[in-house]
Amino acid sequence: MADDTRWLPKLLVFSVRALVGAAPRWIGSAPSATQRIYFANHSSHIDTVALWSALPDEVRARTRPVAAADYWHKDAARRYIVTKGLNAVFIDRSRAQRDVDPLQPLADALARGDSLILFPEGTRRTESLPGPFKSGLFHLAQRFPNVELVPVYLENLHRCLPKGTLFPVPLICTVRFGAALGRIGDESREAFLERARSAVVALA
Amino acid sequence: MSAHDKFLWLMGGIGVLLATASLVGWILARRISSESARAVIDNLNARVRAWWIMVAVFAFAFLVGRAATLVLFALVSFFALREFLSLTPTRSGDHRAMSVAFFILIPAQYALIGTGWYGLFSIFIPVYAFLLLPTLSALAEDTEHFLERTAKIQWGVMVTIYCISHVPALLMLDIPGYAGQNALLLFYMLLVVQISDVLQYVFGKLFGRTKIAPVVSPSKTVEGFVGGAFGATLIGAALWWITPFTWLQAAGMAFIAVLMGFLGGLVLSAVKRSLGAKDWGSMIKGHGGMMDRMDSVSFAAPVFFHLTRYFFTV
Repeated sequence: MADDTRWLPKLLVFSVRALVGAAPRWIGSAPSATQRIYFANHSSHIDTVALWSALPDEVRARTRPVAAADYWHKDAARRYIVTKGLNAVFIDRSRAQRDVDPLQPLADALARGDSLILFPEGTRRTESLPGPFKSGLFHLAQRFPNVELVPVYLENLHRCLPKGTLFPVPLICTVRFGAALGRIGDESREAFLERARSAVVALA
Repeated sequence: MSAHDKFLWLMGGIGVLLATASLVGWILARRISSESARAVIDNLNARVRAWWIMVAVFAFAFLVGRAATLVLFALVSFFALREFLSLTPTRSGDHRAMSVAFFILIPAQYALIGTGWYGLFSIFIPVYAFLLLPTLSALAEDTEHFLERTAKIQWGVMVTIYCISHVPALLMLDIPGYAGQNALLLFYMLLVVQISDVLQYVFGKLFGRTKIAPVVSPSKTVEGFVGGAFGATLIGAALWWITPFTWLQAAGMAFIAVLMGFLGGLVLSAVKRSLGAKDWGSMIKGHGGMMDRMDSVSFAAPVFFHLTRYFFTV
């Protein structure tokens, strides 16, 4: 990340902490520089920055949120924030180019040793509990068997900035980190995704 | 003695008090051996440390001036409302009403104090916010638990914004012979109420036997209340020289502030429990949340303000 834009991530982290607290609760795992995929429930635009702010500085520097290209590339301001501020990895939800693997940018980031923040539902929900997970997490888990899969539950964020609203309500939010998912040999995709979802729900 | 000299004496006194408390806490921490006593002493020391910080923040704001004091209390209201609404179950239909409470009502209420517009200050939230907030929720077309939801939001706004704003509202009062010293009166009221809380806690821990309201607040005892109220009233009377009151009037005002503070602690403890929580939050180490420290102040401030206004202003 270029030096001249270092203020932006600091500003994002500061604003989110001042507004909603975003205090971490390490319930099943401890903060660590181990390479991880953090996967969480998704209900507001603050989710990404909230989870990112809850990580210790040195861990945050190597952790990149996964952002939807169609949404965050809409205008220059959004693109600036998400690339310069969050150092995000983009995923193409539209799958316009059918022959390209949409997970490739994520796999590249993992191959470089970065950790990822992923919202496996693929979109924001109005409820606090997560809906069904998409299969991206399963494929990444198979390709990178040594990366820890850490479930995260974002509490109260669906009340702070629900889908369709413009102004946030600054309620106290906590970020709960659970124990890394165990790996089961030849688990089916459906079983794995349901187990991952339950791990997030269990933290609620 | 000038207002500045009085302020220095007051801060010196508080400094000595806190230094003594820190020393006693340090000695107790070295002597204690049992596990349960250790928890009590650790909490005591955390509370004393938090007191140093709170006193420093308030003293700094008072020295900088009126605007800084208003901003400080606006922040206190902000954090208190944040704790209140975080514990309150609301629905997405309340989103706009809550946004307005945080980003319009808080700045507006404190701006009214800044401009000295007493008339609107005193009815802005009980009348206009009371009518506006449910309107915003009704427009969201969600009738599920509508009355409960709007009542809870209004209650939170009344306690955390309206009531707490009566602390810096003391700066608005025009008290004959006391010009330029209102900040001292503000400090006086906070000091009496907080010392009463501290003394009630200490007397309760030492001599507490008879619980007043075991269901609502198990730590409140008759012995703690009597000791704390008596001690705080005595201190309030002894500090008459920083107020516009005679020593007898100061004793009376202090006693009323202490009594209201006790009731505030009791009522807000019941509110907290009905919302299913033990502490309002965790932002002040050892004490809990902002509302755990401001509960008694929120009840004492409006009454202290109005009594001062009726009997001591022109």
